[in-house]
Order: sequence, then structure tokens, then C-alpha cells
Amino acid sequence: MQPKPAEESAVVQYNERLVIKGGRVVNDDQSQYADVYVEDGIIKQVGENLIVPGGVKVIEANGCMVIPGGIDVNTCLHKPYLGTPPVDDFYQGTKAALAGGTTMIIDHVTPQPGESLLEAFEKWQEVADKKSCCDYSLHLDIPHWHEGVKEELEQLVQEKGINSFQVYMAYKGLFQMPDSQLYEAFSFLKELGAVVLVHAENGDLIAQEQSKILGMGITGPEGHPLSRPEELEAEAVFRAITLGNRVNCPVYITKVMSKSAADTVATARKKGSVVFGEPITASLATDGSHYWSKNWAKAAAYVTSPPLSPDPTTPDHLHSLLSCGDLQVVGSGHCAYSTSQKAIGKDNFTLIPEGTNGVEERMGFVWDKAVAMGKMDENQFVAVTSTNAAKIFNLYPRKGRIAVGSDADIVIWDPDKIKTITAKAQQSALEYNIFEGMECHGGPVYVVSQGRIVFEEGNLQVHQGTGRFISRKPFPDVAYQRIKYRNKMMCKQGVSRGMYDGPVYDVPATPKYITPAPSAKTSPTTHQPPPIRNLHQSNFSLSGAQIDDNIPRRSGHRIVAPPGGRSNITSLG
Amino acid sequence: MAERGRGDADRDGDVPVYLARPGTADQLPRQQHGGVFSNVEGAYESKTIDFDALTVGQRSSRSPRATNREELKPSKHETNFPPALIEPEDTLRIKKKDPQILDKSERLLIKGGRIVNDDQSFYADIYMEDGVIKQIGDNLIVPGGVKTIEADGKMVIPGGIDIHTHLQMPFRGTSTVDDFSQGTKAALAGGTTMIVDHVIPEPGSSLLEGFERWREWADEKACCDYALHVDITHWNDSVKQEVLSLIKEKGVNSFQVYMAFKDLYQLSNSEIYEIFTFLGEHGGIAQVHAENGEIIAEEQARMLEMGITGPEGHVLSRPEELEAEAVFRAVTIASQTNCPLYVTRVMSKSAADIISQARKKGNVVFGEPITASLGTDGTHYWSKNWAKAASFVTSPPLSPDPTTPDYLNTLLASGDLSVVGSAHCTFSVAQKAIGKDDFTQIPEGVNGAEERMSVIWDKAVVTGKMDENMFVAVTSTNAAKILNLYPRKGRIAVGSDSDLVIWDTDAVRTITAKTHHSAAEYNVFEGMELRGAPMLVVCQGKIVLEDGNLHATAGTGRFIPCSPFPDFAYKRVKARKQMAILKAVPRGMYDGPVSEFSPMSRGGTPSASARTSPTKAPVRNLHQSGFTLSGPEEAPIRAAGRRTFMPPGGRSNITSLS
Repeated sequence: MQPKPAEESAVVQYNERLVIKGGRVVNDDQSQYADVYVEDGIIKQVGENLIVPGGVKVIEANGCMVIPGGIDVNTCLHKPYLGTPPVDDFYQGTKAALAGGTTMIIDHVTPQPGESLLEAFEKWQEVADKKSCCDYSLHLDIPHWHEGVKEELEQLVQEKGINSFQVYMAYKGLFQMPDSQLYEAFSFLKELGAVVLVHAENGDLIAQEQSKILGMGITGPEGHPLSRPEELEAEAVFRAITLGNRVNCPVYITKVMSKSAADTVATARKKGSVVFGEPITASLATDGSHYWSKNWAKAAAYVTSPPLSPDPTTPDHLHSLLSCGDLQVVGSGHCAYSTSQKAIGKDNFTLIPEGTNGVEERMGFVWDKAVAMGKMDENQFVAVTSTNAAKIFNLYPRKGRIAVGSDADIVIWDPDKIKTITAKAQQSALEYNIFEGMECHGGPVYVVSQGRIVFEEGNLQVHQGTGRFISRKPFPDVAYQRIKYRNKMMCKQGVSRGMYDGPVYDVPATPKYITPAPSAKTSPTTHQPPPIRNLHQSNFSLSGAQIDDNIPRRSGHRIVAPPGGRSNITSLG
Repeated sequence: MAERGRGDADRDGDVPVYLARPGTADQLPRQQHGGVFSNVEGAYESKTIDFDALTVGQRSSRSPRATNREELKPSKHETNFPPALIEPEDTLRIKKKDPQILDKSERLLIKGGRIVNDDQSFYADIYMEDGVIKQIGDNLIVPGGVKTIEADGKMVIPGGIDIHTHLQMPFRGTSTVDDFSQGTKAALAGGTTMIVDHVIPEPGSSLLEGFERWREWADEKACCDYALHVDITHWNDSVKQEVLSLIKEKGVNSFQVYMAFKDLYQLSNSEIYEIFTFLGEHGGIAQVHAENGEIIAEEQARMLEMGITGPEGHVLSRPEELEAEAVFRAVTIASQTNCPLYVTRVMSKSAADIISQARKKGNVVFGEPITASLGTDGTHYWSKNWAKAASFVTSPPLSPDPTTPDYLNTLLASGDLSVVGSAHCTFSVAQKAIGKDDFTQIPEGVNGAEERMSVIWDKAVVTGKMDENMFVAVTSTNAAKILNLYPRKGRIAVGSDSDLVIWDTDAVRTITAKTHHSAAEYNVFEGMELRGAPMLVVCQGKIVLEDGNLHATAGTGRFIPCSPFPDFAYKRVKARKQMAILKAVPRGMYDGPVSEFSPMSRGGTPSASARTSPTKAPVRNLHQSGFTLSGPEEAPIRAAGRRTFMPPGGRSNITSLS
């Protein structure tokens, strides 16, 4: 629970002591009126009438909610597109996060195919250590699967503190993996105890649709949702879950953008699959009708994959599923490219860099559209914005909870605050905000990160490089406890099957009709992996087609008594 | 019908006024009768339906019979049906190779039966001649010396159509034990009077050659009418041409693709997309063997590694989820390409559920459970008797969940699943034993052609899930509609082929390999007691099953060509195509403003390597040459610093929100 010594020095220097008074502490399981005392970036006491040293800074919460700082599990603050980085780097992006009440981000490391995962990871860590203003952790995207990756993955999990890896079912010819590789990747990652993140879209069909749509002369951003209909998302989600079930591996669907994908996740959970769904700010607050905007720059700003659904009832549906627990975590998918970067695809929508903003607005919109609407209670709000993420990625209870010993990442949330989203007032460097003009109820009044006040009544006081890398252990309980038991179950099954082996061998093989030249092509199953024992191939030495080959009547050849005389083998048992 | 038509035309004056129509000699457009399901005027007097006016296609086969008409003239006394509804052109479709049919000129009268079609049931007599139903009604006037069958109030139903068989299928130098003769005999014995077999060309070989080979085998041996599906086992431009000529010239309208059997038959998603697109354009039905072959291959390797080599490994390595997943994917591809989809062998609850959900969402998809999945379950894979366990091996496997058959029967009764095939593909125990040490080598296939109709009757109709009309629909009519053979097949109506069955609802049979007509040593329904059986089967106007005796002649079966664009599947698809065209218009309009944006592009470095683009292979890559920037820009810190780039033309509105 203690920060590592190296990082400690920075924190200790500030040596800030804080007491938050008169607030209602809201965790994912309960709410209570209590004061919170923070020292050295750690919550030291929670309760009423705390005895605290003198000279401590006091924050009056005035009955506002005191909640664990948000965790944004999906950002891309350093993902380059055609050599250019996004306009929101780790500094800009984490600033925006803090302004929105998010005190930790998990960023995606996106190595290019062929690049070493470890190198990419170190590059990201270096950049983030220098620039990040809040604690961070990293997911690793696996660009393609080969034997060499395995070693790196093992090292990343065991030494580097990474426990989540993303695989792609889309981006044909680049990141996309075929089902058999996905199967192998799932199997391997499961052994490591990692969470498998899946970008779920059917890349094969998207490629076909894209060339079809371009062929029709549609080159603008509206081609993006047209070539990536939500069915393809739902199909891939279904496939990913099927794979997860087969391998017995937890699956985490990043960016749930459509009703049907969300429904697929919900149905699978009802059937007992270990699967998690992550809608993002954009899919929860806006819809895909803007792709048809006459303003190209505006339309392009919405381009992300999977695309926002053109169905305007989608956000409402996703909020409902989030409220009832069918979807678990809200990310932002924050990946900010400027209009000029987006314009790389001005004549071809497939070249528009993908990504929307949302890190700053994330918590506000969940409050506004779910809690303020009466769909969700405040505890569930904490769960989906922070606690669930901490549990899935094994940060709990250090993050995601206000409790003694947890990190002092605390937000004082004012449900009545009203804010109008506009690019003019935002922290992000983007020219466009896809939520432009929307009114949002609820927002942070104070944000405490690592025990320091970083946001106070609209003013942000942050320092580059104060963010620490938070390493994460494999086998998070919330994902793996069930998996472990199922593994045991499956082992049992294996035993009972193994017992069956014996009698099979007793069967006298009398392949009367088989010509000894089985061509490899005619068997529907020949190209399966080689069987372990293929005894019969050498044992049979028939001299070619038999004379009665063409007499298929049963009476003629009914019981071919083997030398041992096992007549019972053809009788029904 | 021919001579009747002639005679009627002569006696037009005698026709009741309300039936007479100007220009009766012409083909009647089908709309005048309001479609095949509505009753024709006057139908209640004579129970006849104007068949010819309703037919689509099949015209070409008429000419050879011009001569027959004259010699069959004598039966002109039949006056009690509305002549106006009979057109002079008859519908007898007899190929040159069937002279014996003409010679015998079998005439049959079935008296006192209750005719059950998919839409209604009624009591009427049926008179057949030359393999075609000539009259339906009460008190028919028929020539003397006609063989009369007393139905005694029993059901008379259209002969079953088994839409999925693998007879005489080659496998590793051998072939299934039921050839076309054996298999069709079994089918006839079960009340099925037409089969549709799958042509499986070797990957890499010609589809047309495969088709011709199958035709040859079937023409020589089949005892009942047949049609063919062709399986597409590989895909390229020459295959495309062959598919086109099969549709246009050879009378094949359904093609199967495989999502399983990795490295053999399996096609990739992109190939399936292309095939579906192509079939959707040319009016074919896309059939799919839906299982995820990639994962199966992995699972098989895992099973073998665990030391599981017996038949139980088959079902363990092909769990029903993989079937459901593939069905879901196939439905998605079909709906993207706007192509009707037909899922062969629905074996599990979850796959059936996906189909019924898709149908509820409006997808044009048909599901085909098979006899085995409706009649038995996969618990037998664990049988201690290897030969018995192996006889159940088929793909997708039978579900080990014993409630599956009941569930599938329910969906069949509710219409969510459309037709029942048998997937009859029988191997002897010796052949199955190829895989005695490795379940992946066991040849796949179960019997079911003979038991098909009885299983449904027993499991669905007797239990009260399904009525007799629905029974006719799922065993015969729906298949005929999908194949575009309706109403020639799949209906008892004037002008339809005289393929019919007198169904004995009270009969009880115990299924056993000792008495079945298949050559297989094992019957997967062994010992099952089934209520309902055919009492009499008429195929091509001849009695082939009577009092339990089969009189089938190999080689009498005719190939029935199926024409593309069956209404049953394509009416909706066509309408949707038009919708899709309309949808594209507003998109096209957007083009303009996009290109005007070009001077704005500043963010991209000119050294765009192909590798870094997340969307490979753009059709046009204009920007690469268009932009000549002097290097990567500094990463901007604040929006304020670089917010609005004024293009030369001064389009300030491009970045403002509209």
C-alpha cells in the first residue's frame, strides 16, 4: 500500500495533511457521514470527530459527496497516428482528467506490428513519468501474435506490473488476429492471469464494406459508421465471448458503442460468462447522427472505432445497462487528434485518425445522464467510475475506495453544479469538443490527488511528472476467482473422459471398405493437428479395393468377426 | 390435364358464366388469384386450384410432351371442375428418359381421404394421371379401370421433401453405404418422395464437373425425384463463373459454404462475404455449415493432447457455443450482403435461438434442424460401445443436453425453424473405425431419411406442439418454396406432381437397424417407438409403398431443376435492395464540402509509412502526394495556441460548430 521509495520523495516533500470535514463519504457499497484525514498521500483516518494534528488544511465539504477519485481505464494519450502524436499528451490529458474528477488513468501502449512490446512499454513509461500529473498505469496492445511475444508478455506481467493486454479483431492487415491466434493469445494470457481486452469489430467485413462504400463514392466521415455497422460490433463481441468461454478466460470488451453489443455482453453475463463491458463517455453522452453533419470538421471529430451508433436511443440504453450492472466500467476512449490531423482523411474516411475526447467529461455525464435521471444511485456511480475498474485491474482497495490505507485520491462532488461543455473552457487541447453545448449536472468541487489538492473551485494546480506508475499484479479476484474454480471443474471433467480410453482400443478395426490410399484431401478432418497415435495406418495392409466394395447391403457384411471373436461390438449396448 | 385442357377450351360455352373469362387460353397472371395461398374461385365446389397459372419457371420442359396430349385424350368426361381455370398448356414434365411412365400411364384414384396442405385440410378425392394430379374434389368422374385406393378418412399429405442428404458421398476413396438407390428407397419408405442432395466438389476442382458427376450417379440410381445443392469448397473467379452457370443453366439455386473444416472446406469471412454478395445478386440461397473451424481445430488439438481419442472427443471439441457463434456470424454477413441465409443442421438450442432472434430482427434466415437433432441427443457419445458412439458422430454434433430435441421441435412448431432435413449420410461401422484411435478421423454422418417424417409426427404433432398443416409445411411445403419448386412440389393441388402420402396417424413403429431400409448397421434411433407412419406412398403417380412393401425402381428419379429468386426468400430481399439504393443518395450529396477542406491539412507528417495507418489499403491515397509539409509539427500544448488555421480561402466557418 505504501508508495515505492523512489516515488515517495516527491510526495513527502509536500507532506500535505488534509482533513475533509462535513462530507458524506460514498463508496460503492455504502454512504456515511464522516471526516477524512489524509497524510503523505494516504488516507489515515475516516470517521467522526477525528483527532488530527494542528495546522492541518481543512476542506469544508458542506454535505457534498466525498467519493474515490475516478479511474479512467481507456485513454490513448501517446498513440501516434502516421507519426504524429495526439494533441493531448500525458500532461494535457491528465490535466483534463483531474479537472473532471478522474485521478488515475490507464493508458494504452500501442506498439506497431513488429515492434518490441517491452521497448514500447518503456517508451510510454518514460514519457508518462515525465509528463503525467496523476497516477497512471498502462495496458499493452498486442499488435500481432507470434511465439516471441510470449516471453515479453511473461516479463511484462511478472516484472513490469502489467496485467491487461488488448487484442484486436479489427484493422485487417494491421492489428487484426484470426480466431486461432486469438485462441492462443487468450490461452496464454489466461495462464499469466492477465485480463484480455478486446477491440471487438469484425475486421474482415469492415474491409469489405469500406471498399464497397468508397466504391460508391462516399468518402466523408459518414462512410465511417456506414462501413462499420453495429452488427459487426455485436458479432465480434459474441465471438470474443465464445472464445473466452472456450478458453475459460475473462474477457473485457473495450468501447461498447452500440445497443446490440451491450445486449450481447449482458446476455453472456446472464449465461455465466466472465465478461466485462466498458462503454465510453462518447457512447454514453452522444450519438452517431453527427457523422452526417455538413461541417466536415465536426463530423470528423466523432470518428472513432467502433463508431458511435446513429441510433439516438443508444446512450439511454447503455446507461440502463450500466446502472443494473450489466456493463461495469466507464472509460473515456480519450484520443485527441486536432482537426488538421483528422483532415488527413479528408478525401477518404478510412484515413481519418480515430478518437474522441471524453476524459474530462466522463464522470459528469454519468452523473448527469444516469444518477440525475434516477437510473443509478450514488454508490453505483462510484462503482462504475472507479471501484469496478480498480477491482478488474487489481488496484483495489488501494484505488477505488475511501478507506484507511487507501491512496488519497479523493473527489468532493457537487451534484448541483451545472456546467456547459465547450471547447473554449476545456482543459484538452482540442479545437472540437464532441459534447459542445451540452449542459452537464454534477461535477467536482475539489479534487485531491496523491494527497494534494489539485483542483479547487475551478482552479487547477498541477505539476508535470508527479504522476506515478502504478504496477498491477496478475490474477485480479473479480475476474479470476471464478475462472480458478472453473479450471478445477474442467480438470475433473478431463479425468472422467480419460477413463473412457480403454474400451475404445478394444474395438476390432475391420475397415473392409477402406482402400489403403486415403488421399489427404478427401477427409474433412485430415488437416487437423496430427493425432498422437496413428497406429492403424501402419497396421492395415489391404491389397486394394475389395470385391464386395460395391455391395452396400448390410446383410452381406454385417458382422465382421475379428480374430478375437468380439461379437458384441456391433450389438447395441 | 393436357387433354382436359383441350376439351375444355372446346366447350367453353358450357362453362358457368361466372367462371368463363375472356382469353382463357392464355396464361393467367398469378395475381388474379391472389397468390398461392388463397382459394381460387370455385375451389369449394371441386377443390381444384389452378396450378399452371401459378407456376413459375419450368416452361421449357413442356414441349416434348405435345404428342402425349393426343393419345391421352379419352378422359374428357371430366366436366365437374371449372374449365376456365385449366389452361391448355399442361404441366406434365417428363423427360425423354422416362418412357416407362408413359407406357404404363398409371391412373390412380384416392378416395375418402382428408387432404392436408400447409394452409388447410379438407375431405376430397384425388385423381392422378401421368404422374400429375388431375382432379381434386368429390364425386370425380374418372375413366373406368382406374386403380382406386380407399383412404378411409386418413390424411393425404404431399410427399415429404428431404432437403438435405449425402447419398453416395465419396469419402477417402470409399463412399457412404447408402447410394442413391438405397438412400431414396429409405426415403420413400419413410414418406419422403423427393430428396435434395449435396454435391461436394473437392477443393480446387470444378463445381460443374462435380455437379455432372452427381447427376450421373443419381440419374442412374435414384428412385424418386431429386434436386441438388452445390457446396462451394473454394472461391475464386472461375468458381464464380461456374456458380453463375449452375444457377442460369443447370437448375441449382442453393449453394453451401463451410465455416468449419479448417484447411479443407473452410472459407474465410471475406470469401463468405463475397460469395453471399454474389448469390444475393443472382438469386441463390446461401446455405451455411455453421461452426467456428478455427476454434474447433484448437480444441481438437487440446482434446487429443489430453488423451481423449474416442467419439466423446468429437462433441467435447465442438461445443454448441461454436455453432452458435458461427450462426451469429453467418447471420451478420448475410444481413450485410442482403442475401437470404439458410443454416443447415441446427443441432443445438443456442444456435436455434440465434436464428429465431435474427428472424425477429427481420433477417431473412431459415433454420434446418435434422432428424437426429429432433429425435435424439448427444449423450450417446459417451456410450461404452465404441461403434454405437461413433455412429452418432456428425457435425455440428448432437447436443449432450437431453432437452434439445424438445426445444427444437417447439421452435419448429412456432415457425422459427423452417424445414427439416435428414442430413442422411451413413457410414458402416468399419468405415467409422477409420477413426478408432482418433476421433477427428471418424467419418461424419448419421441416418435419418427414413425416420424424418415419423420423428416429427411423434415428437411434435402427437405431443400437441404442432398441427398437421404445420407438419406438412416443415416436412414438405417450406422446402419446396425455398427451392422454388412450389406448387409443383409440396402441395396437393391440381397440376402438382402426384407425390403424395397417405399418413397413418395411428401406426406405431419401432425403429431398428434390422428392419430399416438403409444399409447402415446402426440406426441412431434404435429402439425408439414412433407413432405415425406412411401407409401408402405415391411417387410420380405410382404406388411405391403399399402394405409395407416397397416397389421402387432405381433410375426412375428425375432431376428437378430449381430456378433462382424463390419468392419465399427473395421478395423481401428485393424490396430491401431498393431501400438500400435509396439510402445511398443522401450520402453522395455530402461529398462536396469534404474536398474543399484540403488546405487545412497540416497535422500529418509527409513520411506516412504504410504500416502505421490503422486502416490499410485505402482506395485513394491522395493526401500522400498532396501534402508537402516541412516536417512534424511540435506537439501543441494549448488549444489556444493553434486553434484555428485559416486556409487561404478564409473559410472560418469550417471549424466553428454548426
